Order: sequence, then structure tokens, then C-alpha cells
Amino acid sequence: MKLTLKIWRQKNAKAKGSFVTYKMDNVSPEMAFLEMLDSLNKKLVEEDLDPVAFDHDCREGICGSCGMYINGHPHGLVPGVTTCHLSMRYFKEGETIWIEPWRAKPFPVIKDLIVDRQAFDKIQIAGGFISINTGAAPDANSILIRKQKSDEAFDSAICIGCGACVAACKNASAMLFVSAKISQFALLPQGRIEAKERVRAMVEKMDEVGFGNCSNTGSCEAECPKKIKIVNIARLNREYFKAF
Amino acid sequence: MGKLISKIPDGPLAQKWTKYKASVKLVNPANKKKLEVIVIGTGLSGAGAASALGELGYSVKNFCYQDSPRRAHSVAAQGGINAAKNYQNDGDSVYRLFYDMIKGGDYRAREGNVYRAAEVSNQVIDHYTALGVPFARDYGGTLDTRSFGGVQVSRTFYSSGQTGQQCLLGAYSSLNRQISKGNVTMYPRREMLDLVLIDGKARGIIARNLITGEIERHAAHAVVLATGGYGTIYFLSTLAVNSNASAAWKAHKKGAFFANPSFVQIHPTCVPQLNEFQSKLTLMSESLRNDGRVWVPKTKGDTRPANEIPEEERDYYLERRYPAFGNLVPRDVASRAAKERCDAGFGVGETKLAVNLDFRDAIKKQGKKTIENKYGNLFEMYDTITGINPYEEPMRIYPAGHYTMGGLWVDYELMTTIPGLYAIGEANFSDHGANRLGASSLMQASGDGYFILPITINNYLADEIRVPKISTGSPEFEATEKEVIERLKKLLSIKGKQTAASFHKRLGKIMWDYCGMVRNEEGLKKALVLIKELSDEFWRDLNVPGTYSELNMELEKAGRVADYFELTELLVTDALNRNESCGAHFREEYQTPDGEALRNDDKFTYVAAWEYSGEGNPPVMHKEELNFEEVEMKTRSYK
Amino acid sequence: MALAGIFLLMFLPIHLIINFLLLKSDPVPFNNAAHFMATFPLVKIMEIVLIGAILLHITWGIILQIQNWLARPIGYVSGSKSEISFFSRFMIWTGASIFTFLLLHFFNFYFVKLGLVKGNPEDFYSMAHDLFKIPAYNYIYLACFTLLGFHLFHAFSSAFQTLGLNHRIWTPVVKVVALVYAIILPAGFAFISIILWLFR
Repeated sequence: MKLTLKIWRQKNAKAKGSFVTYKMDNVSPEMAFLEMLDSLNKKLVEEDLDPVAFDHDCREGICGSCGMYINGHPHGLVPGVTTCHLSMRYFKEGETIWIEPWRAKPFPVIKDLIVDRQAFDKIQIAGGFISINTGAAPDANSILIRKQKSDEAFDSAICIGCGACVAACKNASAMLFVSAKISQFALLPQGRIEAKERVRAMVEKMDEVGFGNCSNTGSCEAECPKKIKIVNIARLNREYFKAF
Repeated sequence: MGKLISKIPDGPLAQKWTKYKASVKLVNPANKKKLEVIVIGTGLSGAGAASALGELGYSVKNFCYQDSPRRAHSVAAQGGINAAKNYQNDGDSVYRLFYDMIKGGDYRAREGNVYRAAEVSNQVIDHYTALGVPFARDYGGTLDTRSFGGVQVSRTFYSSGQTGQQCLLGAYSSLNRQISKGNVTMYPRREMLDLVLIDGKARGIIARNLITGEIERHAAHAVVLATGGYGTIYFLSTLAVNSNASAAWKAHKKGAFFANPSFVQIHPTCVPQLNEFQSKLTLMSESLRNDGRVWVPKTKGDTRPANEIPEEERDYYLERRYPAFGNLVPRDVASRAAKERCDAGFGVGETKLAVNLDFRDAIKKQGKKTIENKYGNLFEMYDTITGINPYEEPMRIYPAGHYTMGGLWVDYELMTTIPGLYAIGEANFSDHGANRLGASSLMQASGDGYFILPITINNYLADEIRVPKISTGSPEFEATEKEVIERLKKLLSIKGKQTAASFHKRLGKIMWDYCGMVRNEEGLKKALVLIKELSDEFWRDLNVPGTYSELNMELEKAGRVADYFELTELLVTDALNRNESCGAHFREEYQTPDGEALRNDDKFTYVAAWEYSGEGNPPVMHKEELNFEEVEMKTRSYK
Repeated sequence: MALAGIFLLMFLPIHLIINFLLLKSDPVPFNNAAHFMATFPLVKIMEIVLIGAILLHITWGIILQIQNWLARPIGYVSGSKSEISFFSRFMIWTGASIFTFLLLHFFNFYFVKLGLVKGNPEDFYSMAHDLFKIPAYNYIYLACFTLLGFHLFHAFSSAFQTLGLNHRIWTPVVKVVALVYAIILPAGFAFISIILWLFR
């Protein structure tokens, strides 16, 4: 396959970036998107040029490191897939692919396609936990939880924290991410005890770090690689109202 | 030889840990605040240790190379986490879990440590549940379990096919709580490049800020390595592509012994390699073997699509060879059996390096819905990667490098041979012997981090309370930092033609071919020569663009690969030394007539702990003899 | 935002029902209704609340929109191709158009009632009939009510979501009701204007 890549290159956080065009001649449709970029980087390094920097680690869609905005979609066109699992078989011969970093004020670009997502960590540090010390837990089966509730909590807990929801949202809102975290705890009896403090602290931190507001467009749900539902956002709102 | 004191407490096996806990030294709460501990890594063991130490009141500094602690590779574990809860009333107990681990590890693990790991497993499940980890549940509201590779009881707790992520998020949440309280300071995007020793004790690290390139000095009263395994020596493995052994290797070069490096587990159920550009192999949880049946065609080179091969022409070779355990034999056995069939020409797929994992019968019997509930996300993932729908066609699987049982040698207190340096989780060697049973890595890592290290480390720190805050201005820090910078400069100055990844790929191929699932003396000796040649070429023809004082991923990679050249050499040396087959270490020269592993208990019932003896010098082996007081050593049989 | 919006959503049908009286050839019922709305104490109170809701909805909407713009200082060159409800993208613009119309509407009627603009507050019937004779007014009127439909379509279900009312069974029902509401309501207003413009 022959492809044209337009990649956002930016030397560091302070530098001014721009798109650079790369012609790719030998792309195999069996490659994953990041492997295609690996092959570009191999070529660049062999020519002693600066390779394209991008975050990646597990390459099996669970660590949440990778994430690029590809032709108008976070993680590319295919729903329910992270960039590392995006197969090149979904691209057409001769296609031009625009590759951009996540764009949001709380996610400043560090270099090329790498953004700083510590804003997510900050929100979780604000209250994304159940306060229990090591060794203080009761026997696991002393907490009975209805299977349906537990499964629902799991469906919220599968968020990988990649930031695609923020990248997709026209408002750069982090509501889907925060609501998934809130939901997981809100649905479990262990998490109910400090539910009020948690939702207030996390929402306050979310606003403080500069994410936009939710206007219920649903783009987060459409682009989430783990298909997390905006039902969670409604639950977050409910929890928030209840907390006052 | 006097150096290896394992410090196993006296007394009956079941009492050792209780006795230890009752007699270990303690540190007064007021003193804890003044004592600093560095923890490298934020997986289940690292995040667990950092948060538990934070809860106790120590001043903890926690480091990871990822942008967030939640991305440590524990996140990728799929199948589950074991505990001896006996919630199923199927006869499970701490002893039986201990026994299964010892037997599964082919009698090459230390009894005392393994028993303790089994003992704390129940606390681990309680803790994660309390932290809000959504483990699978039954309709009555109790926790559900499943049976997992190589055991006959159902003791594996799970969260669909992503138990690792759910447990890690639990650990991450407890870590966040300590960060919010100011007990733990988090340093993400940092790579530990060396260990600093002062008067023979671990007193700090030199780390590189991966964003700015700045070289940083961090001091502490003790250093804990929770840096995971080195499965990426094979290049293609189930590990994260940035997983590496550099921190452990640097510690080894500073005096920490490296134990049983050749014990590397090859996981039997991975998506086979699809193309030459592939950067990793994706694991398909072993839990699939509970319902999937493994088979190859009975005819060599059969090219018919799997569904067109009739029942009587299929060879369910695991069920045939191991009637008692069938598809649930331990990983090493399943991996080798797959390799044996493929080498004999019965493999499937274009490369012929794959076997079928078929759900046809399970779907027929239990219904598609049930199978979807159990494995839905795994099936979806398989479909995404390969474009094949496993509900309709069998999956194709092949073994891939996965877990390293070997690691830094530690005593009962999880301390390495360097005073004040600890190794926990996969980074140490202690609990899995020559082969790890499924779902016991999350268990061991969590146990080490939450329940063992936070107790044993007191025994060391209790004597450190008079040591004031360690200064980073000492000559030792100065010298180590200089070494680190010089090495970075050296990597940057080669200015050859090839990338670090291309060397890594070639090194991985050597390791996979000569030191993978099956090894022999000739191949291992050849590997040593090839590694040396490739290493020379690396130091001649590597190219790393840029400088070290900026974000430079090629430089990070180059440093890790450079360390791998040294580690692989040790790994092969260890494999050569061990003239027996045990667990994952299978030497062709030592097998039974029907092709099973043949141990040599008289000569090799020991841990080989290797001491670094300077560049160019052969490593020195120290033996820690293993004494089995409780368990009778038997030939492992799954027939 | 959602609360104020829901209040406005409730007000619109009342307004529509009264407007239907314009179709009668007798001006008395409409003028009586207008008079009632202008004088009945409870309605007077509601009027204040309504104005408050409008101001709150607008101010809050603008503040949130500014925050949203600030949250993404650099946009995407490849745009956004997410499959989402089309109208949700333009709420601030459909909202702004409705606001412009509202100002016009106030000049024509509400300010007359308040005595700020010249006219006979006791005969809105004739004033309305006169206005709908002007083609340009009708064009603006129809365009604005189309935009109002777009605005309402997203607003209706969105308000439920914001208030935390998302339900496995009821949310899809709400979406259908939203569609029906967003079509019928502007269509009703448009129907009256077209009749008065072309057929009277």
C-alpha cells in the first residue's frame, strides 16, 4: 500500500508545531497503525532524523497509552479499537492520513503526538478511591453485591484512561472519563460510604484543571475505544445533585 | 558461598510467617515519617508497596516510566488471581495452593516463600474487594471463581478477561489516596538508570526525566524494585513493548545476585505472528482453555479450512497425551506440546506455526450466550486483530514469551544481596520455581507489595532510624551520575546506521531459536557466540539521533537493548549450567522416552544465583540449596 | 441550564395554544387571552420567573460556551467526524438566532405591553395580523422556528440527561417525544404564520 501521512510535528511543549508530510511506499494491510509508524521511524532513524514521538506501551488495547487523532476520529475510524489495534486494512490505497495529537487545554502537547494527561491522574487523586487501609478489609464474601450491579460497575470500570473522550468532545469535556470512575464506585456498596465527598472533589478538580462542559453531544460515547456509555454521565449528574 | 542466607524462619511451615510477624522489629510511627523509601514501578507490587508503606507513615517516592501509574503492565493480565478461599467447597486450602505452586514450579522454588504467598492470597482478595475491584459474582451476590491452568480446584477470582486492569486500578486508587495525603510523591515518566550505593547499602537512584532528559538524583533509606520481568528479550512477547530489565540489571551490576535467569515462561495461548513488522504478540487468556479444545489435523500439511475437517480427522493432542488434565495442563506443557506438533508438520495457518483452539463443542453445549458472557471481550479482541470470528471458526494460537520466573535473588524478607535493596513481584525470583501456574502472578505481586514487604522492610529500617535524611550531594551520587551520563553519551556517539529496535529484533530471534521453549547445549553455545557478535555490531553500528537532554525515545530503547545483550548472555549461561529439564526450562538432552521433562534432583535442587564480576569476566554462580521439608519431590505428571 | 431550559420548554406550548386563537376571525378571544396573560397575578409572577429563566439560560449558556472554547485552544485540522446528533454541535448558534428573534418579538409585542414601544397593548390580534402580512417578517419567522426546532430537538433529551434522568427503557421514549415535540411545536407556530400570511 502507498499512503501519504500528514503528521503533527512539534519539538517540545514550547515550540511551534506544524504538519509534516511523509510518503509511505510499503505499508502492509496486516500492519497495525503503530507498526506502520514504527516502520516510518525506522526509516527516519536510519537517516539520522528525529523520529515521530508517540505514546505506546502494551500494544494490546488495555494500557491506554496510545492515542492519536486520525482523520477526524480519536483512535481512527474503527469503533471500539485503540490506535495500537487499528489495522491498516481499514485504509485505502493512496489515502492521505492526518495524524494529530489530542487537543485540549488540560492535555498540552509534550512532543509531536505525545500529550500530558496528568490532569486525569489529578482528578483521581482528588477522590477516586475507597478509603481503606491494607489489612483492614473484611472477608470478601461478607460484602454481598447483586450480580447485575457488580456487572454494571465492571462496565464502567473498563475505562483505560486514554483520553479519547476528551479528544472527541467538541468541548474537550472529561465527563465520560470522570463519570465512569464515579459510577464504578457509586454502584458498589463499598464505594457508597464516601460517595458524596468523592463526587464533589472529583468534579471540582475536573473543572479546575480546565476541561470543558458536557453538552450531551454523545461524541465521547461514539469514540470511546471501550464503548463506555453516557448513561454514566447521567449517573454522575445524579450523584452530584445528591451530594448537596 | 556464605553470602546466600535465605533467612527462612524456623518452625513448622504453616507457622513460619506468623512467627516472623510476631518477632520482626518495628519502627515507631514518629520515626517512620523521617524514613524515606524509593519504590520503582507502579504495577501491582509497586503500587501496592508504595501505598501500604504510605499508609504506615513512611515517606515514599514512587517512580514509573509511563505517563501514569495506571499503565504499568500488570494492567494486561487477563485471566485472574488465585486465592485459597475455598469458597467452592472443593477441598482447596492454603496448603493445597502452596502444593500446586511447588509442584507447578517443578520443585525449584523455596517452600517457605511459596507457603507465605499462598497464605496472604486470601488477604489480597479481601483487600481488592474492599477497594472496589469488580470481581465477577454469582447471582447470590458472592464472588465467583473459575478453574485455571494446571490445577483441579476452582480458586481463580476474575473480572471478565481483564482481571489485571481491574486489580491494577484498585492498587492505583490506593496509591492515589496516599498521594492525596502527601505520604507518597509520584514521579511518572522517569526511568531509573542506576542504583547508588553508600557504604554498601542501597541509598538512592539516578533517574532520567523522560520528558526533559534531565538526570535526577533521588536518595532514600531503602530502595524497592518492582520493575517486572524481562520477557521482551524475545522481542516478540506478550509484554508491553517498553517493558525492560534495566533497573534490575543495573542493580545486578552493583552487587545484587540474579537468580535462575533462564526460567522464562512461554505462554501457550497467544495470537500467532501475522507479519514480519509485528511489534508484539497478544495474549489470549489461558482461561479459554477451560472451554476451548486444542487440536491440529491428523494429516500432515492439511490445508482444508478447520471447519471442513471432520471430527475423526482431528487430533486433540492435549486430551490424548494428558487424559487427566486434558486442555488444562500447565503452561510449559501446553506450549511444548504445541511446538512439538508444529515442528512435526501438523501446524495450521499460513505459517504452519499455530494450532486450533476450538469453541464449537462448548458453544453447542452451553450456548453462544454463555460463552459470550465468559469470553466476549477476548473473542472481540481476537476478531479485531485477525479479522476471524471465533464464534464461527476456531482461534489460531501459538506460544509466546510471557513471564520470567527468574529475577533478582531475594531472601525471605524480599531483600536482595545488597542491604536495603528489595525486589518484589515479577522482578524477584522467589515463588514460582521453574514454571508459574496461571493466575498466580497477580496473587504474588499483590501479596509482596501489600502484605509482605511492608512488614519485612521494618526489620531493616528499624536500624536506620538514626540515619539522617540522605544527601544527594555525596561523592557516591556524583560518581554514579557521571557513569550514567557517560553511558548515555556513549550510546549517542556511535552514529552508525541501525536502529535499536532492529538489534532488539535480531537478539530476540537468537533467543527464541536457541533459548526458547526447547534448548540444547549446542544451540546455547551457539547463542552465546551470536549474542557476542551482535553485541559488537550494536556498539559499532547503532544510531540514536538527538541528545540526552530532551525527550528521546530511541535513546531509552537503546539503553534497554544494551542491557539486554548482557542479560541474555547470563540467561544463556544459566540455561547451559542447568543440565536438566525442569518446568519451563526444557533441555532436549534431558527428557523421558515420551518427551516429558526429566529433572535431576540430585544435582540441581538449587537456586542458581549469579554474581556479576566485572565487565568481560564470567559471572560467578552461588548455590542456594533447596530443602523440601513438607513436600515430597515427585515427577510432575498431568497424565 | 437544563432546569431553565425545561421551564422554557413548558412555556412554549401555552404560547402556541394562545396563538391558535389568532386563526379565529373574531379578535376578542385572542385579545382576552393576551389581556389575561398580562394581568392575572399568578401569570405575572410566572412572567418574572420566565424572564429570569431566559436570562439565566442565555447567560449560563454563553459562560459555558466560552469555557468550552477555552478548553480547546487549538482545533483539529481533520475536523470531527464522530457520528453524533448533528444539531448538538450548533446549540450556541441556533440559540443565538432564537435570541435575535426573541428581541424582535419583544420589540413587537412585549415592550408594547410594558409601554416602552408605541402601540395598543389591548389589540395584539390586529398587530399580529398586520405583521404576518409583511413577507420579510414571515421569512424571518419561519427560519427562526426551523432553528428553534433544531435547538429543541437536542435540548429536550439533553435536559433529561443533564438532570441525571437516563433510563434503559425511558430514555429511548424521551428521544421519540423530543423528536415529536421538536417538529410539532415549531410546525404549529409556522402553520399559523403561513395561514395568516397567505390565506387571510
